[in-house]
Amino acid sequence: MTVPLTQCLLRLIDENYTLTDYQSDIAPRWCTGCGDNGILTAVQRLCRDEQLPPEKTVVVSGIGCSSRFPHYMNAYGFHGLHGRALPVAEGIKLRRPDLHVFVATGDGDCCSIGAAHWIHAIRYNMDMTVLLHDNEVYGLTKMQASPTSPRGLKSNTTPRGALLDPLNPLTVTLGVPNVSFVAQAVDWIPDVLFNIISQAYHHKGLSFVRVLQRCPEFMDHRFDPWVQDPSKMRLLVHADGIQLKPDISRIYRNQETHDPSDLHRAREVASLTGEIPVGVLYRNSAVPCYEDLREGERPNTPGLIRTVLNEEFDKVTIWPEDDVTTEAVE
Amino acid sequence: MTTDLYQETDKTRTRRARSDPSASDSATAASRTSRANSAAKPVVTLKEHIVEIVSDSGEGAQRCGQSFGAIAARIGNGIWTVEIIPAEIQPPARSIAGTSGNRVRLASHRVTNGGDEADLVVAFNEQVLLNRLRAGEIKHNGIILLENKWQNDGNAAIAASYAQVREQVSSAGYRLYEIPMEEECLKYVPDPRRGKNMFALGMLCCIYSFDLDLAREQVRFVFRKKDEKVIDLNLELLAAGHAWAGANLDLKFAIPAERPREPQVVMNGNTALALGVVASGMEVCSMYPITPATSASHYLSDIFEKVGCVVHQAEDEIAACTFAVGASYAGKCAVTITSGPGLSLKQEGIGLAVMGEIPLVVVDVQRGGPSTGQPTKAEQGDLLAACFGGHGDAPKVVIAASSIEDCFYSIIMARKIAENFNMVVVVLSDASLATAQQPFPRPRFNEDWLAPPINQSPVPDGARPYDWDPRTGLSSRFIPGQPNGMHCLTGLAHDRDSHVAYDPDVNQEGIRHRSLKLAALQKTLKAPTLYGDDEGDLLLVGWGSTRGAIEEAVDTLRAEGLRASSMNLKFLQPMATGIKELLERFDKVMTIESNWCDSLDDELIAEDNRRYSSLALLLRARHLIDVDCWGDARGQPLKPGDIVRAARRKLEQR
Ligand SMILES: Cc1ncc(C[n+]2csc(CCOP(=O)(O)OP(=O)(O)O)c2C)c(N)n1
Ligand code: SF4
Ligand SMILES: [Mg+2]
Repeated sequence: MTVPLTQCLLRLIDENYTLTDYQSDIAPRWCTGCGDNGILTAVQRLCRDEQLPPEKTVVVSGIGCSSRFPHYMNAYGFHGLHGRALPVAEGIKLRRPDLHVFVATGDGDCCSIGAAHWIHAIRYNMDMTVLLHDNEVYGLTKMQASPTSPRGLKSNTTPRGALLDPLNPLTVTLGVPNVSFVAQAVDWIPDVLFNIISQAYHHKGLSFVRVLQRCPEFMDHRFDPWVQDPSKMRLLVHADGIQLKPDISRIYRNQETHDPSDLHRAREVASLTGEIPVGVLYRNSAVPCYEDLREGERPNTPGLIRTVLNEEFDKVTIWPEDDVTTEAVE
Repeated sequence: MTTDLYQETDKTRTRRARSDPSASDSATAASRTSRANSAAKPVVTLKEHIVEIVSDSGEGAQRCGQSFGAIAARIGNGIWTVEIIPAEIQPPARSIAGTSGNRVRLASHRVTNGGDEADLVVAFNEQVLLNRLRAGEIKHNGIILLENKWQNDGNAAIAASYAQVREQVSSAGYRLYEIPMEEECLKYVPDPRRGKNMFALGMLCCIYSFDLDLAREQVRFVFRKKDEKVIDLNLELLAAGHAWAGANLDLKFAIPAERPREPQVVMNGNTALALGVVASGMEVCSMYPITPATSASHYLSDIFEKVGCVVHQAEDEIAACTFAVGASYAGKCAVTITSGPGLSLKQEGIGLAVMGEIPLVVVDVQRGGPSTGQPTKAEQGDLLAACFGGHGDAPKVVIAASSIEDCFYSIIMARKIAENFNMVVVVLSDASLATAQQPFPRPRFNEDWLAPPINQSPVPDGARPYDWDPRTGLSSRFIPGQPNGMHCLTGLAHDRDSHVAYDPDVNQEGIRHRSLKLAALQKTLKAPTLYGDDEGDLLLVGWGSTRGAIEEAVDTLRAEGLRASSMNLKFLQPMATGIKELLERFDKVMTIESNWCDSLDDELIAEDNRRYSSLALLLRARHLIDVDCWGDARGQPLKPGDIVRAARRKLEQR
């Protein structure tokens, strides 16, 4: 144990984490052109820029292509069950507020099988960054319709086209009490993606970022109209949201100054059809975090446990010295 | 059972307490008093009695019963209390299904179960009495103290129903006393629905020769959060009941008590579970409400924050379990408390903890199943689900609590095993322990019970997250925050580095090591001790809550000269070494369980299709021994008498 300890101390003194410090020894196995790659890069960049100690960083995911995410990060990863990333992350954060918690989840993972947890996670508002990799399809299980699939999508379970209108993760999230941060990004504008993830990371509370993610394997060309026509993207800019670098601003001219404290407008923007809004839709830093509300005032020291147990036992103890007898009967 | 009630007997033994409402002037009252007292009421000394107090819910029979039990315990009687709980919160008044109350078994010796039929029942109306009669819970010649206000009820149907039950009960040989509880209580309170229970408590204290001052203390304790007026009123009612019984009833019992030499605590199984959680040093309990487990979490919610810990009510059991898994992964072992339906929902999360080798304690306070089943009733139906419930091969530890005291210590033990072996430990309790109260020696807190602080020191270079010991399967656990320990825990099959297994041998290796851990634990277990002789004609084998009833049955059988013994298994998975040798010392072996098994008396049932009780199945599979089973899934705690009869039948079989 002695060797790494000194090494760590040395590292603290003279080492800066670089991008590679956040890359695991496993090369990502996503398809070429898969939007997940860009999301991974953005998160690694964030960790580097924020100099997050990898041992203090936990990335939790469910099951899906996107949920392979933690395997590719050099951090503590938790690749758990389909749909259950959020409750796992909550359990981690509750007792370990010192850890930086990220959640990677897919549209099936979050909005279908994990939908109950999603709604409640928003309500708990625990301090974590949740990235919804929304490719509008089930990738890992080879192309079934997801709750966010567009109506008419021909998939293996909807060969004649999906019958239902998709669920809108933004409007749903914005409808939950205690919502404190909602943003939308797209994988094909990496700079803005990074910028938004960074905003999300700095927000205290649950930051929910839906990332529209290209899946060339099963949804090839799905986002082409928006990728090819920047005017169909509406960038939300604000001093309290994101600001665009000049080169980006020049390409994406369809901009709206949107104050993230304006919940009403956030919902309108979230409901846009045709255009894809990108930016911070909503932010409210005043919403309390569940882990803070539940934080114990006293540490559970052995002494305290002994005291409390004895207090409880006292309430129900029969002491031998109790002077009790049955009534004298003759 | 109901036949008892309708059996005609020649002697009508009704003893109406002579309190004709028309003749309640003080002169008669005085003469009655003197008659009862001066006739030197014979005090009958008893070894034990079973008392039931039943009412509509909301009339306080439960509180009366609990207080009665508490007083008996303080005197030094052995007690066991059983709650009689209606399924609904506000069932209709005067309904058989809505019966609410308590059974108190009190004895001059230690009591380990609720016993057989009741000796004395206090009923606030004839419908709740019918509940007990129909369930066969009252002794043939049992004493019944029945509220008599219904005889003159304005509603003719009620009066008629009362009269009918009165006649049936009397003619069936019960000793019926009709008590003017309402009338007497009206002297103190405008609405005796509140307060009658204390009057009843006073009567019982008189009948069982309890010291009235002690009863007063208990009443003060029960109402300690209420204001003085309420306390005084209840004290008056208590004294009134006591005086009334003294003056009007020819019932006077004494059950000799021996004051405990060591301090004792009295609580129910769920309270003991909750205190066990505190004493184990676990810091997070995540749960979703479900009967009969919830009261453990209620109590824990009350006290857990005092030690800086959290009860988290999750959005469902899946979240409750995975939340606990997350908390365990990043900190000390966490616990999730549930009952059958919740256990089903938690299975995938339990499998994840098994696969990731994350310590986790799962408490299942079993109830009747499947589906919603019998929420408030006892059943041992989840043993196989606990052992094998999830998909795939998921070795985990399963232990069962066999008494109230054991509920407390089982949790401490579970936490230790979970953390020492990085395993899931399922603790099985059930509805019969959940609400039953029993005194046991006050635990003396021991720091060894607690989890050590989590390791946050750097992981040595070259250490691997699943560095399975080839002999024991054990590996260390890297906890977030530990420098140099970064890895991705996964529910996928994985190798020693926690990398996803693509090689078939890697999966085989992982399963092997997770399986070996059970064997490593098993090597530390001692064979259970037998109750009774070490060999004989019949061994009764049980697990969990049925221990007390089975051992009492063995006492009875042995007193009859039969060569029977019993064994209680705390560890159901893994099972200790040496069990087979113990089984082989007996001619016949039969499990006694509160769960279903097919009967060979049924036309279609034969050896090759008979569904065995859970433990019988496990023992047969493991030991290749012909283990028979006797099961009861009616939802009531097993009765020693029923076990005795089943054992006799088994002994008579050739
Ligand atoms: C309980 C359970 N049900 C079903 C599956 C199969 N399954 C794995 S991933 C997945 C859907 C993944 O879709 P999504 O969450 O959108 O992730 P993507 O692959 O698109 O990134 C399904 C149905 C599973 N692993 N577990
Ligand atoms: S199937 Fe789609 S989502 Fe999955 S890795 Fe390939 S491109 Fe990405
Ligand atoms: Mg998807």
